[in-house]
Amino acid sequence: MSQGKALSPTFRRQYVWELPVRFYHWVNGAAILVLGVTGFLIGRPMSLAYMPEASQQYWFGAVRFTHFMVAYIFLFNFLVRVYWGFVGNRFAAWNQFIPTNRKQFQEIIEVLRVDVLQTKLRGPISLGHNMLAGTTYFLTFWVFLFQALTGFGLYAPMSQGILGKLSAWIVPLMGGDMAARQWHHAGLWFYVVFTLIHVYLVFYHDYVEGRGTTSSMVGGWKFERDDAPKP
Amino acid sequence: MADSNESIWQVMQEKGYSRREFVQFCTFAATAAGLSSPAAAAVVEAFEKKQRPPVIWLHFQECTCCSESFIRASHPIVADVLLDALSLDYTETLQAASGHAAEKCLQDTLKTHVGKYILLVEGSVPIGADGVYCTIGGRTAEDILKEAAKGAAAVIAWGNCASYGCIQAAKPNPTNATPIHKLISNPVINVPGCPPIADVMVAVVTHILMFGRIPELDAQGRPKEFYGRRVHDTCYRRPYYDAGMFVEAFDDDKARKGYCLYKMGCRGPVTYNACSVTKWNGGTSYPIQSGHGCIGCSENGFWDNGPFYQHLPSFPGFGIESTADQIGTAVGIGAAVGVAAHAISTNLRKRQLIHEQPIEPTPTPEEGKVK
Ligand code: HEM
Ligand code: HEM
Ligand code: SF4
Repeated sequence: MSQGKALSPTFRRQYVWELPVRFYHWVNGAAILVLGVTGFLIGRPMSLAYMPEASQQYWFGAVRFTHFMVAYIFLFNFLVRVYWGFVGNRFAAWNQFIPTNRKQFQEIIEVLRVDVLQTKLRGPISLGHNMLAGTTYFLTFWVFLFQALTGFGLYAPMSQGILGKLSAWIVPLMGGDMAARQWHHAGLWFYVVFTLIHVYLVFYHDYVEGRGTTSSMVGGWKFERDDAPKP
Repeated sequence: MADSNESIWQVMQEKGYSRREFVQFCTFAATAAGLSSPAAAAVVEAFEKKQRPPVIWLHFQECTCCSESFIRASHPIVADVLLDALSLDYTETLQAASGHAAEKCLQDTLKTHVGKYILLVEGSVPIGADGVYCTIGGRTAEDILKEAAKGAAAVIAWGNCASYGCIQAAKPNPTNATPIHKLISNPVINVPGCPPIADVMVAVVTHILMFGRIPELDAQGRPKEFYGRRVHDTCYRRPYYDAGMFVEAFDDDKARKGYCLYKMGCRGPVTYNACSVTKWNGGTSYPIQSGHGCIGCSENGFWDNGPFYQHLPSFPGFGIESTADQIGTAVGIGAAVGVAAHAISTNLRKRQLIHEQPIEPTPTPEEGKVK
């Protein structure tokens, strides 16, 4: 920042997140919330009021049903997003998630400096995902897949569905249902930690970059400085 | 050694069983193997005419609970016929012969019945330290197993030991106890359990006797008929599970009322076995019916999945009692504290920035670049 000089850059609006991306994002967020809560209850059921007979209540069955139903939504929503990575705009494209060239690795370092050391941004960073965010999302996509595989693997003995059959191999590979359950359960905590940090960083970057990061996932628009280099 | 040219019917006659008892036995065998009633006639025919195959029952690293279970099969004739008439040529715990005579008996069967005998193996095979942890007649278990497996028509692994290694293979597995399917190339029928259910053992052997081939197996080599469903799927306490009515302590009112044992660490939902269908001791009961959760004894590595009275196993590497939830909570709190600290520090800096930055006319693009 040059001393004393008046600094108020001009911005232009840029449409970044298309509707399918935003739709995916919030369906995904909601699904993970429901899956996390119902999953936690499956792992640690609380003692609600007890009716005299088992036939008079079904709350645990309902919790499990919700978990399985939302699991399908979660998976197909995710698959749609993967598809959109190949047909969507350049911000949604698959190559935004995998750093390959020097510039992208430099951006990761730069964002790490900004996030961890709280230094100022020294130059423009990507308007879509910054490369650190993109790489992190790539990792979460693998965890989504892992969660779906272990989940449907555990689901296989109680369903006739094709997805259960397709995922059943993961269970013996992990050393049995117990181990699969353990890791599926541990996955829950990944989402808790990811969401905490993710939501915070969205707010933080909204502040550091001043480009409307938070609202972008609602309306789809971000702001780019007029002086930023054109892609 | 019994004469192996006889059929089961002939042996039963010698032992004084009546035709009626023989037919009863055949019907039971057909039922045990999951056949419908018309098939019983085929079983009668098979047992009348077919030569009964010689059987070798090897014992390695084990506690003999599989044998103990086997002789308690619910139908007395089944146990009697299978043990006496099935021409058990070699089994350390039950054979009359001993020492060199017994070993000769084993060698004779291996040689004269190549490709015909059934090999039953109880116990895991320790391959650590060149196998010194289990030797019989001066030879290692691995040696004996490999020799016996060579000419076997079928190989059955009795119990969790032979199927997965059981307690000997629990971490850190000092003797390197190994399940038999990892040591031999024959297809192995795994009949896990600690011990397996007697009637299941009988049914598996009967299936081979009747059809001369092994039953349909799942991906882990277990007969589908008996290991296709989880204990939980047919548990009579299942309605309490779905209703969310759980025992909270072994001496509470809910335990007395027979609610679901899920919260007491019941492994029924992750255990494939027939306990809640066939039950034990002639259909008398099974662990859950007596008020104790399933410990998952027919599952791979169940000793390492403890403590048994906790829903999820303790998390490896974090101490005996720590669960995924405790570690997750710690990490979650750590993340929350980190985020809060970051936010505070950001806000402290923000105050400076707000004062630093005058609200002024738009600069040229050149000046606008953030330094
Ligand atoms: C973000 C995604 C998910 C989270 C956070 C999550 C979380 C959990 C948790 C914590 C448990 C309890 C484990 C235990 O202690 O026994 C559980 C159980 C389970 N989950 Fe998920 N899960 C997710 C996705 C899925 C998916 C996609 C499926 C696919 C069908 C699935 C199927 C299951 C099944 C079958 C169980 C065992 C339920 C039972 O035995 O009744 N989950 N989940
Ligand atoms: C108030 C809550 C949330 C807000 C404001 C928010 C905002 C955003 C924004 C702005 C982006 C794209 C920006 C960028 O990457 O630079 C994004 C991406 C993403 N967020 Fe969130 N998020 C929220 C909650 C969540 C939750 C709960 C999850 C799931 C656990 C989640 C998972 C993701 C993922 C996976 C992406 C990558 C999206 C893509 O595929 O393009 N978010 N979020
Ligand atoms: S007692 Fe065990 S096997 Fe039976 S319903 Fe409850 S959890 Fe399932």
